[in-house]
Amino acid sequence: MNPAPSVIFFTTLSGLGYGLAFWLAVARAFGTIPADTPWFGAISLGVALALVSAGLLSSTAHLGHPERAWRAFSQWRTSWLSREGVAAVVTFVPLGLLWLAWMLGATGGIWAFVALVGAALALITVYCTGMIYQSLKPIQAWATGWTTPIYLLFALMTGAHAVAALAAWFGYGASWQASAALILTVVLAIAKFMYWRSVDTATPFSTPESATGLGRFGKVRQLEAPHVTENYITREMGFKVARKHAAKLRMIVYAIGFGVPTLVAMLILISGPSALLATIGVLAAMVGAIAERWLFFAEAKHAVMNFYGEH
Amino acid sequence: MTSLPATAPIKKLGLVIDLDTCVGCHACAVNCKEWNTGGEMAPLTDLDPYGAEPEGVWFNRVHGYEAGDGANGRTVHFPRSCLHCETPACVTVCPTGASYKREEDGIVLVDEDKCIGCKLCSWACPYGAREFDETVGVMKKCTLCVDRIYNETIPEAERVPACVSTCPASARHFGDLGDPNSDVSKLVAERGGYDLAPEFDYKPTNKYLPPRERMPSAPAVAEAAGEPQGLLKWVDRMLSI
Repeated sequence: MNPAPSVIFFTTLSGLGYGLAFWLAVARAFGTIPADTPWFGAISLGVALALVSAGLLSSTAHLGHPERAWRAFSQWRTSWLSREGVAAVVTFVPLGLLWLAWMLGATGGIWAFVALVGAALALITVYCTGMIYQSLKPIQAWATGWTTPIYLLFALMTGAHAVAALAAWFGYGASWQASAALILTVVLAIAKFMYWRSVDTATPFSTPESATGLGRFGKVRQLEAPHVTENYITREMGFKVARKHAAKLRMIVYAIGFGVPTLVAMLILISGPSALLATIGVLAAMVGAIAERWLFFAEAKHAVMNFYGEH
Repeated sequence: MTSLPATAPIKKLGLVIDLDTCVGCHACAVNCKEWNTGGEMAPLTDLDPYGAEPEGVWFNRVHGYEAGDGANGRTVHFPRSCLHCETPACVTVCPTGASYKREEDGIVLVDEDKCIGCKLCSWACPYGAREFDETVGVMKKCTLCVDRIYNETIPEAERVPACVSTCPASARHFGDLGDPNSDVSKLVAERGGYDLAPEFDYKPTNKYLPPRERMPSAPAVAEAAGEPQGLLKWVDRMLSI
């Protein structure tokens, strides 16, 4: 699949934003970060909401008609993309209110409830994002039970490193932040390893033989393509440039995306909160997330290419 | 509305494509392009049409395959277009309601005024039936010539999809596959018509008829038995010196 930059940035940035919002809201709800911290609340939750907004805006960049994007809120009964849009908008309500309350110094118990609702909705939105991909049967590498959990884990992992960094900058660094970041990074690295092993060894769900129904005669090869130049289908679904660099890119995901953040989180746990270290952690985690998301698209084969004789 | 019709359409208009008789001439694809670039889904935009790398939107693409090896191998011409599935994922994934399946005849269409061009429907289709029009910014697809088949301003004999009307080999048939007594349903039953990529369970309406069994080879001409006699024997002997 063609890795459109707008979709890569949307899913990674909004994932970071929702993950950060989740941890901030949870911390606020359980009082692990004090409520009377207007500057910290305004800036860190503001950053989270800005990241989400930037992601959502960039996702409209690949539309043929961005001005009609409002229509995408209508088909939540059947479409995960529509559900994602609705969830994204609804999530702004509790998180936006929490942001105002935090900034204005409101400390009532109701805000703990609002924070928890916001945290839950942030995860629901990321869940919908994952399900958009997981529900597409023609893309075998996406239609697995790993897809949505990995989207959620990336949001929570990058968000945990981000909250560790922001809290440390404001002097609220605490070991729970680095612990959450460490555990999630390790869990995600294992999940990603298992995912890659499963897609690498999977038998194809659909083949040129089953697609054309000509398998009854034996192996099917394309003799004549229907068109001499590229078309929308071959450019969008037949993207192959990246596959030759896949092994190197996977190593980058492991080393920079998982290795560096793991080391950083361990160092913080040993030597105490460090804004600089935590910032390195979140930057490395994001480099890994972007590389991983790029591979998620570039490595995925679409079943329509069976008609073009690609085994 | 991108929910599928509550009750499955009784009428299932679709195509039956005979892979035994298709000669791969691309006339169906060309006539489709010709009709539809002025029809319901118009235009079918071309990019760089007179340049070195022309490309554009087509609803029908004709592949050529080699299947199998040796004496049992076949060369098969294979037109590929929207199959107007009974449970099309391209419809249910649509976030705007632009993509829909008609309750009255099962045709899958796109409302171009609602389409935001997110391309998700094309990702959901394993048959490559939907193509994005870069110029108009919306998805385009086969309409089963909905603007011909019900068109009372053209002669009745022409009220079939453009691809069917033009096929010089009569390899394309149009009709109601929901009616077991229709000509197309009988043809499917008789020839063992099948679904493409049935593993996706989208239940295509269009059916493909497989290439027929090979005719047994005619016996070789028997060699004249025995040695030549008489004059021929003498000629044979003279020429053999």
